[in-house]
Amino acid sequence: MGSAAALERPDKPVFVTRGLTKVYRMGAVEVQALRGIDFTAHPGEFVVILGPSGSGKSTFLNIIGGLDRATSGEAYFQDHDLIDASEAALTRYRRDHVGFVFQFYNLVPSLTARENVELVTEIARQPMDAREALALVGLSDRSEHFPAELSGGEQQRVAIARAIAKRPEVLLCDEPTGALDSATGVKVLEALTRVNEEMGATTLVITHNAAIRDIAHRVVSFASGRIAVIETNAARKPAAAVSW
Amino acid sequence: MRALHKKLFRDLRRLWAQALAIALVMAAGAATLILGTGAYQSLAQTRASYYEANRFADVFANLTRAPKVMVAELAAIDGVAAVEPRIVKLALADLDGVAEPVSVLLVSLPADHEPDLNRIYLRQGRLPEPASDNEALVSDRFAKSHGLGPGASFRVLINGLRRSLRVTGTGLSPEFVYAVGPGDLMPDERRYGVVWMREPALAAAYDLDGAFSSLLVKLVPGASQAQAIGRLDAALARYGGQGAYGRKDQTSHAFLDAELKQLAAMSRILPPIFLVIAAFLVNMTLTRLIALEREQIGLLKALGYSSLAVARHYVEFAALIAVIGMVIGLAAGYLLGNGLTVLYARFFDFPFLVFSRNPAVYAIAAGATLAAAVLGALNAVRGVVFLPPATAMAPPAPARYRKVLGDIEMIGRSFGRAAVMSARHLTHSPLRSASSILGVALAVAVLVGSLWSFGSINYMIDVTFYRSARQDATISFANARPATAAYAVQHLPGILRAEPFRAVTVKIRAGSVERRLALMGRPRKADLSRVLDASLAPVAMPESGIVLSLSLAEILKVRTGDLVTVERLDGDRRVFDVRVAAIIEGYIGLTAFMDMDALNDRLGEGELISGTDIGIDPTRQAELFAALKTVPAASFITLQKAALAKFRDTVAQNITLMITVYVTLAAIIAFGVVYNFARISLSEQGRELASLRVLGFTRAEVSGLLLGEIAAVVAIAQPLGWAIGYGIAAAMVRGFSTELYRVPFFIGRDVYAYASLLVILATAVSALVVRRRIDRLDLIAVLKTRE
Repeated sequence: MGSAAALERPDKPVFVTRGLTKVYRMGAVEVQALRGIDFTAHPGEFVVILGPSGSGKSTFLNIIGGLDRATSGEAYFQDHDLIDASEAALTRYRRDHVGFVFQFYNLVPSLTARENVELVTEIARQPMDAREALALVGLSDRSEHFPAELSGGEQQRVAIARAIAKRPEVLLCDEPTGALDSATGVKVLEALTRVNEEMGATTLVITHNAAIRDIAHRVVSFASGRIAVIETNAARKPAAAVSW
Repeated sequence: MRALHKKLFRDLRRLWAQALAIALVMAAGAATLILGTGAYQSLAQTRASYYEANRFADVFANLTRAPKVMVAELAAIDGVAAVEPRIVKLALADLDGVAEPVSVLLVSLPADHEPDLNRIYLRQGRLPEPASDNEALVSDRFAKSHGLGPGASFRVLINGLRRSLRVTGTGLSPEFVYAVGPGDLMPDERRYGVVWMREPALAAAYDLDGAFSSLLVKLVPGASQAQAIGRLDAALARYGGQGAYGRKDQTSHAFLDAELKQLAAMSRILPPIFLVIAAFLVNMTLTRLIALEREQIGLLKALGYSSLAVARHYVEFAALIAVIGMVIGLAAGYLLGNGLTVLYARFFDFPFLVFSRNPAVYAIAAGATLAAAVLGALNAVRGVVFLPPATAMAPPAPARYRKVLGDIEMIGRSFGRAAVMSARHLTHSPLRSASSILGVALAVAVLVGSLWSFGSINYMIDVTFYRSARQDATISFANARPATAAYAVQHLPGILRAEPFRAVTVKIRAGSVERRLALMGRPRKADLSRVLDASLAPVAMPESGIVLSLSLAEILKVRTGDLVTVERLDGDRRVFDVRVAAIIEGYIGLTAFMDMDALNDRLGEGELISGTDIGIDPTRQAELFAALKTVPAASFITLQKAALAKFRDTVAQNITLMITVYVTLAAIIAFGVVYNFARISLSEQGRELASLRVLGFTRAEVSGLLLGEIAAVVAIAQPLGWAIGYGIAAAMVRGFSTELYRVPFFIGRDVYAYASLLVILATAVSALVVRRRIDRLDLIAVLKTRE
């Protein structure tokens, strides 16, 4: 699918936020992490979010992922209001619709690659087979290994398999390549783009690595709690063409 | 204060709940040690100083009648330091407002001076005047229960004559610390007391002028008691001597001894359990603390602290917990020890209590607590503290998990991957899991090992009073009487049935072992008072031969078919051999039975009986009791049902107290172990659990994971706890059994069920406390940090 089509198609947006703010209170100090974010994401979009540390990009991802609550503003996933949702509703939302990938993988060390994926498929509504998910990220032959027996890149791909196995509508990735070298990072990015294309999951990837921007449909840059720039890539590069 | 010490106190404050849980387990260990040993030493010292101060005799002898002129001969026996002749007779008393029969032991005081042995401790009033023939000093408890202060009077049937006695005072004697009436299970001060009168009064009443019927003997320190007893028996044989005996066979002393033995057993079993668990807990907690502080340890060493200084820091942390445990334990032990001593004093008549303050006991308790802590700490410290700083500062290698057996697949299929996580986490640190399982098992075991005794006592009561001694009361005659006396009893009002028995004091010997006891002759088909075999079926008296209780048979090392030698101690001291015809169950005392006719044949005195067991018509009980007060031949009436009620009452009081104590102790263990286990598990898996929450697991599901792990530990611990508890109970049976009574070893299923239930409750409470922490897991923080 072309980038322009993704931007302009008339279907309902996956995410809509308006005037989203977040204030952290750290003792006597108030930290304004988000200062009014208006954002929309459409089905199947691959969005890269750039920005320096403290620009608010992770806070934003946490809020639309149902991990944190905004101080004010509106945030919707499809028809779900994420601002007024109860704790249980947010858990439900994460369980049914969201796939997460983190910088530090967060795999369960006592479960093998396949079992880590099954952890999620067991509680999901329409999961794919764990082996299928691992095949999508190119790890069919490592499925019986424990995390301690896998490289960092492999662990991150297991995390991606775990995130997509539930067939989520959205895939939220916070610095997925942050702990990886270039060659391994590319493999992870290839897995992400492939999943995005084959499953059509709206994918948001946070990174401070500008090299990654070329693989996105859109690039959103955060600065000081605001969206500074939104750029649309006229032509996406394949992940394999990226390096840093 | 040095920086490391500040860290120490802050760590302690941060981990206060875990530290307190461990300290309480240590405190329980120290407290039970001090409590048991302290109460034991207090009672032993109280007894020793009482015996010493009031010159308690070493040897006792009862006889029919011996002239006082032979006292000098007795005093000259080798090893004898002092002798005290006196008159002792059992009699029925008649007290206003007391319906049931009351017996008193009449004991003579020398005519014009205080006794030299078994001196009386005067509580109130004065001794009877030397010349008085109706003044009496009454045992303190008996006086109190009947309101008999100085000046009061009551009636006693002395040798068939009703006499009114005036109370001059109340007192105690080392001879009656535990004043239990013949045939009774425990002292009943309403129905049994001691009455001291001047000798001339009793001598006149019992036709013993210039004679005595009881002898107290004090031995020279180091003298052979057996030799002295042999000589005394020889000298007293022709005066109807019933065999001299030492303190071991003196009722009050023997009961006191049994009690002390039980206390000693208790203080040997419980404290080590607590201290071992405490060592495990320290090890568990410290291992985790050190793992979490790995980088800090590397840093400290990089800054120039030596490995030893770092190690000392963590050992000090454990020692600090031990100090808290010690303070709580020593204080609780001190207070509870005094409490227990006072409680014991309620059952025993001591004029004073010596509270043992043996510093050695406190030092041992403190030392053992500290040792448990340091031992647990050293093992934990060994691993990381001696790593080179660079290695220590680097994060530890990721935990390597293994697949355990093929069943994991099965667990996964039936309980989900979360269960696999739990199972692998449990097997990943097998030592910790095993020690937690052992800890919980010991909590269960402490309960099984204590609660069983109540069921056993009920079982003993059931066997003894509802299947064996089924009579309502037993009338004992002062002297053996012709068999026709049974008919006289039969004709008293309200008697439904009467079964005669014959009792003679004998020594039963097999090889070199002998025991002094009352050999009972019973009608062949006795139905009121029955003798039961091991399967509790009634045993008919064999035509010839003797029936021994299991405990007696074990002491004598004889089996059915073996010969034992019976030596009569009252009467003509004849000796005869008899074959063991059967061995029977019996929990109270050492008992031996024969067919009454066979026994009378052997004794060669014709058809005599010593008393009758009776069944009473409850509607005519008052009438019967009134009549019994005037039966001259009766000297003692044992009311089995009244004795049972008294026994039950006492047991019930003790049960409440004991259950409270043991349940508290078990709860401390269970809570301490489970809480620490859960906190450490949470600390190790917090990150994984938070990840699961992020992935969409609900709070309940995530808590379920950790709680499932706890549940597995607790479940595995149950059967182990039952088995260990069984072992503790078996050890206690051995520790508690004395020749006075044997505790039946009987553990009902309800005991296991209650023990498990209580431990599971304590577990649930600590699990709930930890669950609140799971609910508060910080989801975002976890994602941002590296392990």
